[in-house]
Amino acid sequence: MAMTLAERMLADRSGLREVHPGEIVETPVDLVMGNDITAPIAIREFEAAGATRLFDRERVALVMSHFVPAKDINSADQTQIMRRFAKEQQVKHYYPEGTGGIEHTLLPERGIVVPGDIVIGADSHTCTYGGLGAFATGVGSTDLAYAMATGRTWFKVPESMRFVYYGKRQPYVTGKDLILYTIKMIGDDGALYRAMEFTGEAIADLPMEDRLTMSNMTIEAGGKVGIVPTDALTLRYEVGRAERPWRIYAADPGARYVAEYEIDVSALEPQVAFPSLPSLTRGISAVGDVGIDQVFIGSCTNGRLSDLRIAASILRGQRVHPETRLIVIPATQDVYKAALREGLIEVFVEAGASVSTSTCGPCLGGHMGVLGKGERCLSTSNRNYVGRMGDRESEVFLASPAVAAATAIRGRITDPREMSPVEEAV
Amino acid sequence: MPRAWKYGDNVDTDVIIPARYLVTGDPEKLGPHCLENLDPEFVARKQPGDVIVGGRNFGCGSSREHAPIAIKGAGVPCVIAESFARIFFRNAINIGLRVYESPTAAQGIQMGDEVEVDEAQAAIFNRTRGERYEIIPLSPFVQEIVAAGGLMAKLRRELQAGGASS
Repeated sequence: MAMTLAERMLADRSGLREVHPGEIVETPVDLVMGNDITAPIAIREFEAAGATRLFDRERVALVMSHFVPAKDINSADQTQIMRRFAKEQQVKHYYPEGTGGIEHTLLPERGIVVPGDIVIGADSHTCTYGGLGAFATGVGSTDLAYAMATGRTWFKVPESMRFVYYGKRQPYVTGKDLILYTIKMIGDDGALYRAMEFTGEAIADLPMEDRLTMSNMTIEAGGKVGIVPTDALTLRYEVGRAERPWRIYAADPGARYVAEYEIDVSALEPQVAFPSLPSLTRGISAVGDVGIDQVFIGSCTNGRLSDLRIAASILRGQRVHPETRLIVIPATQDVYKAALREGLIEVFVEAGASVSTSTCGPCLGGHMGVLGKGERCLSTSNRNYVGRMGDRESEVFLASPAVAAATAIRGRITDPREMSPVEEAV
Repeated sequence: MPRAWKYGDNVDTDVIIPARYLVTGDPEKLGPHCLENLDPEFVARKQPGDVIVGGRNFGCGSSREHAPIAIKGAGVPCVIAESFARIFFRNAINIGLRVYESPTAAQGIQMGDEVEVDEAQAAIFNRTRGERYEIIPLSPFVQEIVAAGGLMAKLRRELQAGGASS
């Protein structure tokens, strides 16, 4: 039987000749991950069930990312559960604050997750790793606890959807714009319980960091996984980085998809999602005049080095608008170090931005930029639900780092292509 | 008789339990903030046994298990929806919160209707409107997890049988 990429991966790793959508498979996992919000509950469950040892101390990643450095006494107490457990179990991939950063940027960057892996993580954006060809999906704390003890999990084999992107991207049209447009096209539950396969010449041409951004937002369409087939670009990214051997999978010719879409990326302009759903996306020319109180550049979606580079290229020599504030958070320590070396951090600080240590921070309204009543934020993150970043009467718009940088300068949602040559040249 | 608290499509985990409360996994501490960003009066006005009814994609968003824990902690025995986001659904099954997929119930039930769930008949009865709705059955594998009392009960059994590292 001809199988899709997701079916091929699940069949192979579950020891089956073939699998069919809807079937339940039990599959060994290559890596399981938890963070400071989800791991404490998983650890409690793991211990309450009588488990005493991890299935493999090298295949568990515990990353402090959400409420660190501890935002209050309760979150400090939660991190202590993780610190104690990581030490007792000698967890190899344990990253307290100051050593790692946001898990979904960190694990691909350090080669801890590799192409062909089966990964579950107790964070919904675990689907990010699909960008490098892994079958990776988010679960809750109890599923994490079960997998930490057994090294296995169960999946319902998802139906697959195929997205073929073609044409050449215009300047300032990034992976973020492609995925926002895709979510607008299929809706917030358009891929519910399904696998998304991202292919086509425009994906072949898309840098790895943009691919990771696209897979990152699979969950915002309800998807289980969003996978980019491994290609030469993936392997160039992995060389010198992957800590384990990778596996290369491909969809079979003639595989059955429940839906197929073709998207001409040359027709796309930068995209902006309006409050309070990612699907409420418009091309930037249809945005109108929208004043913004806060701009946030960071998160597991767009806090990588290429994101900071494009933002800095627009902000260089500029000042943040007096009625707007800008927060920039490099997603990991490695991104932070590289941004320091390249002078990007200096560009942000000179422009009047608050720059902080790696954390999820304001993305989920945790700390480091929570919104008050009636405030509007343009964010490079992934969710704009009601109250996501603070008060239930605050509003969040989602866009790329280029749109964010231009917006921070003008104080209103701004098309980066409109920045005058004077502004860009200063 | 339990009453329905009816909401729309895409009830996300940020409105079920906002991130600012994710500093504990304790149902007693999370329950009082259940649905706070969607319906601030819900917790104060609901009666024991009342149920939540949503539309499509209930529980979309983050993987926070705090969401079904908060619903359970608020004393809500089950959620009925046209469809569920997959991580929320899995979490609910794992921790023993009943979730019923029923497009007809999600459409027929209105705010405040008196409803009753009959698992044996796989049906939901709307006593206010005199209607009966079918529940879409769980897959046999998921039914086993429910019958075992959740995923951790399954793990306990496997550990005792020596089926996993212990």
